[in-house]
Amino acid sequence: MSVVYPVVFSALLFSVGVYGVLARRNAILVLMSVELMLNAVNLNLVAFDVWLRDALHGGQVLTLFTIVVAAAEVGLGLAIVLLLYRNRRNIDVDRQDTLRETKQEAR
Amino acid sequence: MTTAEIVFTALGVVAVGAGVLVVTTRQIVHAALWLVVSFGALAGMYLVLTAEFVAWVQVLIYVGAIVVLLLFGIMLTRAPIGPGEGMDSGNRLPALAVAVGTAAVLVTLLVRGFKDARIELEPGGGSADALGEAIFREWVLPFEVLSVLLLAALVGAIVLSKGRARTTAAERGSAGPDAGARGSSPGSKGRER
Repeated sequence: MSVVYPVVFSALLFSVGVYGVLARRNAILVLMSVELMLNAVNLNLVAFDVWLRDALHGGQVLTLFTIVVAAAEVGLGLAIVLLLYRNRRNIDVDRQDTLRETKQEAR
Repeated sequence: MTTAEIVFTALGVVAVGAGVLVVTTRQIVHAALWLVVSFGALAGMYLVLTAEFVAWVQVLIYVGAIVVLLLFGIMLTRAPIGPGEGMDSGNRLPALAVAVGTAAVLVTLLVRGFKDARIELEPGGGSADALGEAIFREWVLPFEVLSVLLLAALVGAIVLSKGRARTTAAERGSAGPDAGARGSSPGSKGRER
Protein backbone atom coordinates (compact mmCIF):
# COMPACT_ATOMS: atom_id res chain seq x y z
CA MET A 1 0.00 0.00 0.00
CA SER A 2 1.28 3.43 -0.86
CA VAL A 3 2.10 5.79 1.99
CA VAL A 4 0.10 8.48 0.18
CA TYR A 5 -3.28 7.01 1.20
CA PRO A 6 -3.02 7.31 5.01
CA VAL A 7 -1.07 10.57 4.78
CA VAL A 8 -3.62 12.26 2.50
CA PHE A 9 -6.60 11.09 4.55
CA SER A 10 -5.00 12.37 7.72
CA ALA A 11 -4.30 15.74 6.08
CA LEU A 12 -7.95 15.99 5.02
CA LEU A 13 -9.17 15.02 8.49
CA PHE A 14 -6.86 17.62 10.02
CA SER A 15 -8.26 20.31 7.73
CA VAL A 16 -11.80 19.35 8.69
CA GLY A 17 -10.79 19.76 12.33
CA VAL A 18 -9.23 23.16 11.59
CA TYR A 19 -12.48 24.29 9.99
CA GLY A 20 -14.47 23.07 12.98
CA VAL A 21 -12.26 24.84 15.53
CA LEU A 22 -12.48 28.12 13.62
CA ALA A 23 -16.13 28.02 12.58
CA ARG A 24 -17.96 26.48 15.52
CA ARG A 25 -19.33 28.59 18.32
CA ASN A 26 -20.33 26.00 20.93
CA ALA A 27 -17.34 25.09 23.10
CA ILE A 28 -18.18 21.38 23.11
CA LEU A 29 -18.24 21.33 19.30
CA VAL A 30 -14.83 23.02 19.35
CA LEU A 31 -13.57 20.22 21.61
CA MET A 32 -14.94 17.64 19.14
CA SER A 33 -13.05 19.32 16.31
CA VAL A 34 -9.85 19.22 18.37
CA GLU A 35 -10.42 15.49 18.76
CA LEU A 36 -10.66 15.16 14.96
CA MET A 37 -7.29 16.90 14.59
CA LEU A 38 -5.69 14.67 17.22
CA ASN A 39 -6.99 11.60 15.40
CA ALA A 40 -5.50 12.81 12.14
CA VAL A 41 -2.11 13.01 13.86
CA ASN A 42 -2.61 9.51 15.28
CA LEU A 43 -3.26 8.12 11.80
CA ASN A 44 -0.01 9.66 10.61
CA LEU A 45 1.91 8.19 13.53
CA VAL A 46 0.58 4.69 12.91
CA ALA A 47 1.21 4.90 9.16
CA PHE A 48 4.83 6.00 9.59
CA ASP A 49 5.44 3.40 12.27
CA VAL A 50 4.21 0.64 9.96
CA TRP A 51 6.10 2.05 7.00
CA LEU A 52 9.45 2.43 8.78
CA ARG A 53 9.09 -0.88 10.72
CA ASP A 54 10.33 0.78 13.90
CA ALA A 55 11.84 -1.87 16.15
CA LEU A 56 10.76 0.07 19.25
CA HIS A 57 7.23 0.66 17.88
CA GLY A 58 7.70 4.34 18.64
CA GLY A 59 4.83 5.49 16.44
CA GLN A 60 2.19 3.17 17.83
CA VAL A 61 3.31 3.70 21.43
CA LEU A 62 3.18 7.45 20.88
CA THR A 63 -0.32 6.99 19.44
CA LEU A 64 -1.40 5.30 22.66
CA PHE A 65 0.17 8.15 24.64
CA THR A 66 -1.65 10.69 22.48
CA ILE A 67 -4.95 8.93 23.12
CA VAL A 68 -4.33 9.09 26.88
CA VAL A 69 -3.38 12.78 26.72
CA ALA A 70 -6.52 13.42 24.65
CA ALA A 71 -8.60 11.71 27.32
CA ALA A 72 -7.06 13.92 30.01
CA GLU A 73 -7.58 16.98 27.82
CA VAL A 74 -11.26 16.22 27.26
CA GLY A 75 -11.81 15.60 30.98
CA LEU A 76 -10.24 18.90 31.96
CA GLY A 77 -11.77 20.76 29.02
CA LEU A 78 -15.26 19.61 29.89
CA ALA A 79 -14.73 20.56 33.55
CA ILE A 80 -13.75 24.06 32.39
CA VAL A 81 -16.73 24.23 30.01
CA LEU A 82 -19.11 23.19 32.79
CA LEU A 83 -17.62 25.83 35.11
CA LEU A 84 -18.07 28.40 32.33
CA TYR A 85 -21.69 27.32 31.90
CA ARG A 86 -22.32 27.55 35.63
CA ASN A 87 -20.93 31.09 35.79
CA ARG A 88 -22.09 32.55 32.46
CA ARG A 89 -25.11 30.43 31.42
CA ASN A 90 -23.67 30.04 27.93
CA ILE A 91 -20.66 28.32 26.40
CA ASP A 92 -20.38 30.27 23.15
CA VAL A 93 -16.70 30.85 22.60
CA ASP A 94 -17.20 34.16 20.82
CA ARG A 95 -19.24 35.62 23.67
CA GLN A 96 -16.54 35.15 26.30
CA ASP A 97 -15.13 38.61 25.62
CA THR A 98 -14.55 40.03 29.09
CA LEU A 99 -10.89 40.62 28.30
CA ARG A 100 -11.41 42.38 24.97
CA GLU A 101 -9.90 45.80 24.47
CA THR A 102 -12.91 47.97 23.65
CA LYS A 103 -14.69 50.34 26.04
CA GLN A 104 -17.84 48.29 25.57
CA GLU A 105 -19.22 46.79 28.77
CA ALA A 106 -18.46 43.14 29.34
CA ARG A 107 -21.50 40.98 28.80
CA MET B 1 -4.96 -0.63 -6.45
CA THR B 2 -4.65 -3.52 -4.09
CA THR B 3 -7.45 -4.81 -1.87
CA ALA B 4 -5.94 -3.10 1.16
CA GLU B 5 -5.88 0.21 -0.68
CA ILE B 6 -9.51 -0.13 -1.74
CA VAL B 7 -10.68 -0.97 1.78
CA PHE B 8 -8.53 1.80 3.22
CA THR B 9 -9.92 4.35 0.75
CA ALA B 10 -13.51 3.36 1.54
CA LEU B 11 -12.88 3.68 5.28
CA GLY B 12 -11.07 6.98 4.75
CA VAL B 13 -13.98 8.41 2.78
CA VAL B 14 -16.32 7.38 5.60
CA ALA B 15 -14.03 8.93 8.23
CA VAL B 16 -13.56 12.22 6.41
CA GLY B 17 -17.25 12.41 5.40
CA ALA B 18 -18.39 11.82 8.97
CA GLY B 19 -15.85 14.41 10.10
CA VAL B 20 -17.33 16.95 7.70
CA LEU B 21 -20.78 16.19 9.10
CA VAL B 22 -19.42 16.67 12.65
CA VAL B 23 -18.35 20.21 11.84
CA THR B 24 -21.38 21.15 9.71
CA THR B 25 -24.47 19.53 11.24
CA ARG B 26 -27.02 21.78 12.89
CA GLN B 27 -27.86 19.32 15.68
CA ILE B 28 -25.29 19.07 18.43
CA VAL B 29 -26.16 15.50 19.45
CA HIS B 30 -25.86 14.38 15.84
CA ALA B 31 -22.36 15.87 15.80
CA ALA B 32 -21.38 13.58 18.69
CA LEU B 33 -22.90 10.57 16.94
CA TRP B 34 -21.12 11.34 13.65
CA LEU B 35 -17.95 11.55 15.71
CA VAL B 36 -18.56 7.90 16.65
CA VAL B 37 -18.79 6.98 12.96
CA SER B 38 -15.60 8.87 12.17
CA PHE B 39 -13.64 7.27 15.02
CA GLY B 40 -14.98 3.82 14.12
CA ALA B 41 -13.82 4.22 10.52
CA LEU B 42 -10.43 5.36 11.83
CA ALA B 43 -10.22 2.21 13.94
CA GLY B 44 -10.86 0.24 10.74
CA MET B 45 -8.04 2.14 9.05
CA TYR B 46 -5.70 1.18 11.90
CA LEU B 47 -6.75 -2.44 11.41
CA VAL B 48 -5.90 -2.26 7.70
CA LEU B 49 -2.51 -0.84 8.69
CA THR B 50 -2.04 -3.92 10.96
CA ALA B 51 -2.10 -1.78 14.12
CA GLU B 52 -4.71 -3.95 15.81
CA PHE B 53 -4.00 -3.01 19.43
CA VAL B 54 -4.21 0.71 18.63
CA ALA B 55 -7.49 0.01 16.81
CA TRP B 56 -9.08 -1.60 19.86
CA VAL B 57 -7.77 1.11 22.18
CA GLN B 58 -9.29 3.63 19.79
CA VAL B 59 -12.67 1.89 19.99
CA LEU B 60 -12.50 1.55 23.77
CA ILE B 61 -11.30 5.02 24.71
CA TYR B 62 -12.53 7.28 21.92
CA VAL B 63 -15.82 5.65 20.99
CA GLY B 64 -16.49 4.24 24.44
CA ALA B 65 -15.32 6.96 26.80
CA ILE B 66 -14.60 10.29 25.14
CA VAL B 67 -17.79 10.48 23.09
CA VAL B 68 -19.83 9.53 26.17
CA LEU B 69 -18.00 12.28 28.08
CA LEU B 70 -18.86 14.77 25.32
CA LEU B 71 -22.51 13.67 25.39
CA PHE B 72 -22.52 14.24 29.15
CA GLY B 73 -21.10 17.70 28.54
CA ILE B 74 -23.84 18.42 25.99
CA MET B 75 -26.55 17.39 28.44
CA LEU B 76 -25.04 19.17 31.46
CA THR B 77 -24.75 22.46 29.58
CA ARG B 78 -28.37 22.09 28.43
CA ALA B 79 -27.48 22.66 24.82
CA PRO B 80 -30.41 22.95 22.42
CA ILE B 81 -31.20 19.36 21.43
CA GLY B 82 -33.21 20.17 18.29
CA PRO B 83 -31.77 21.82 15.19
CA GLY B 84 -30.27 25.00 16.54
CA GLU B 85 -29.22 28.22 14.91
CA GLY B 86 -26.15 29.97 16.18
CA MET B 87 -23.89 26.94 16.50
CA ASP B 88 -21.55 28.44 13.93
CA SER B 89 -19.83 31.72 14.61
CA GLY B 90 -19.72 34.54 12.09
CA ASN B 91 -16.38 33.62 10.61
CA ARG B 92 -17.39 30.57 8.58
CA LEU B 93 -15.99 31.83 5.30
CA PRO B 94 -12.53 32.73 6.66
CA ALA B 95 -12.52 29.36 8.45
CA LEU B 96 -13.38 27.61 5.18
CA ALA B 97 -10.60 29.49 3.41
CA VAL B 98 -8.07 28.55 6.07
CA ALA B 99 -9.16 24.90 6.06
CA VAL B 100 -9.08 24.61 2.25
CA GLY B 101 -5.68 26.30 2.22
CA THR B 102 -4.35 23.91 4.86
CA ALA B 103 -5.71 20.92 2.96
CA ALA B 104 -4.28 22.10 -0.36
CA VAL B 105 -0.82 22.80 1.04
CA LEU B 106 -0.62 19.60 3.06
CA VAL B 107 -1.97 17.30 0.36
CA THR B 108 0.30 18.79 -2.32
CA LEU B 109 3.35 18.57 -0.09
CA LEU B 110 2.67 15.05 1.15
CA VAL B 111 1.77 13.61 -2.26
CA ARG B 112 4.92 15.06 -3.78
CA GLY B 113 7.00 13.88 -0.86
CA PHE B 114 5.71 10.33 -0.42
CA LYS B 115 4.46 9.21 -3.82
CA ASP B 116 7.16 6.56 -4.19
CA ALA B 117 7.10 5.20 -0.64
CA ARG B 118 5.30 1.91 -0.13
CA ILE B 119 4.14 0.17 3.03
CA GLU B 120 4.50 -3.60 3.10
CA LEU B 121 1.73 -4.81 5.35
CA GLU B 122 2.70 -7.77 7.50
CA PRO B 123 0.44 -8.92 10.31
CA GLY B 124 1.80 -9.07 13.84
CA GLY B 125 3.62 -5.73 14.02
CA GLY B 126 0.89 -4.07 16.05
CA SER B 127 -0.30 -6.91 18.23
CA ALA B 128 -0.80 -6.46 21.96
CA ASP B 129 2.18 -8.76 22.46
CA ALA B 130 4.60 -6.58 20.48
CA LEU B 131 3.26 -3.29 21.81
CA GLY B 132 3.23 -4.43 25.43
CA GLU B 133 6.83 -5.52 25.11
CA ALA B 134 7.77 -2.16 23.57
CA ILE B 135 5.95 -0.14 26.24
CA PHE B 136 7.22 -2.02 29.27
CA ARG B 137 10.78 -2.50 28.01
CA GLU B 138 11.60 0.72 26.21
CA TRP B 139 8.95 3.27 27.09
CA VAL B 140 8.46 2.66 30.80
CA LEU B 141 9.46 6.15 31.94
CA PRO B 142 7.08 8.04 29.59
CA PHE B 143 4.39 5.55 30.56
CA GLU B 144 4.80 6.35 34.25
CA VAL B 145 5.02 10.09 33.61
CA LEU B 146 1.77 9.78 31.68
CA SER B 147 0.10 8.10 34.63
CA VAL B 148 1.14 11.06 36.82
CA LEU B 149 -0.31 13.37 34.17
CA LEU B 150 -3.61 11.49 34.28
CA LEU B 151 -3.64 11.79 38.06
CA ALA B 152 -3.02 15.53 37.79
CA ALA B 153 -5.81 15.88 35.23
CA LEU B 154 -8.16 13.93 37.50
CA VAL B 155 -7.32 16.14 40.49
CA GLY B 156 -7.68 19.23 38.33
CA ALA B 157 -11.10 18.17 37.06
CA ILE B 158 -12.28 17.48 40.60
CA VAL B 159 -10.95 20.81 41.88
CA LEU B 160 -12.52 22.71 38.99
CA SER B 161 -15.95 21.20 39.35
CA LYS B 162 -16.12 20.48 43.07
CA GLY B 163 -14.51 23.46 44.81
CA ARG B 164 -16.71 25.98 43.08
CA ALA B 165 -19.83 23.93 43.72
CA ARG B 166 -19.15 23.82 47.46
CA THR B 167 -18.83 27.59 47.78
CA THR B 168 -21.98 28.24 45.78
CA ALA B 169 -23.84 25.61 47.75
CA ALA B 170 -22.65 27.24 50.98
CA GLU B 171 -23.73 30.65 49.71
CA ARG B 172 -27.12 29.57 48.54
CA GLY B 173 -27.59 26.71 50.95
CA SER B 174 -29.87 24.76 48.64
CA ALA B 175 -27.98 23.53 45.57
CA GLY B 176 -26.54 20.47 47.30
CA PRO B 177 -27.51 17.33 45.36
CA ASP B 178 -27.57 19.04 41.98
CA ALA B 179 -24.12 20.53 42.37
CA GLY B 180 -22.80 17.26 43.76
CA ALA B 181 -24.03 15.32 40.72
CA ARG B 182 -22.42 17.85 38.40
CA GLY B 183 -19.20 17.87 40.31
CA SER B 184 -18.76 14.13 40.42
CA SER B 185 -19.20 13.45 36.71
CA PRO B 186 -15.86 14.66 35.28
CA GLY B 187 -13.96 13.20 38.21
CA SER B 188 -15.43 9.73 37.96
CA LYS B 189 -14.72 9.69 34.27
CA GLY B 190 -11.13 10.60 34.86
CA ARG B 191 -10.87 7.76 37.32
CA GLU B 192 -11.95 5.19 34.74
CA ARG B 193 -8.71 5.65 32.85
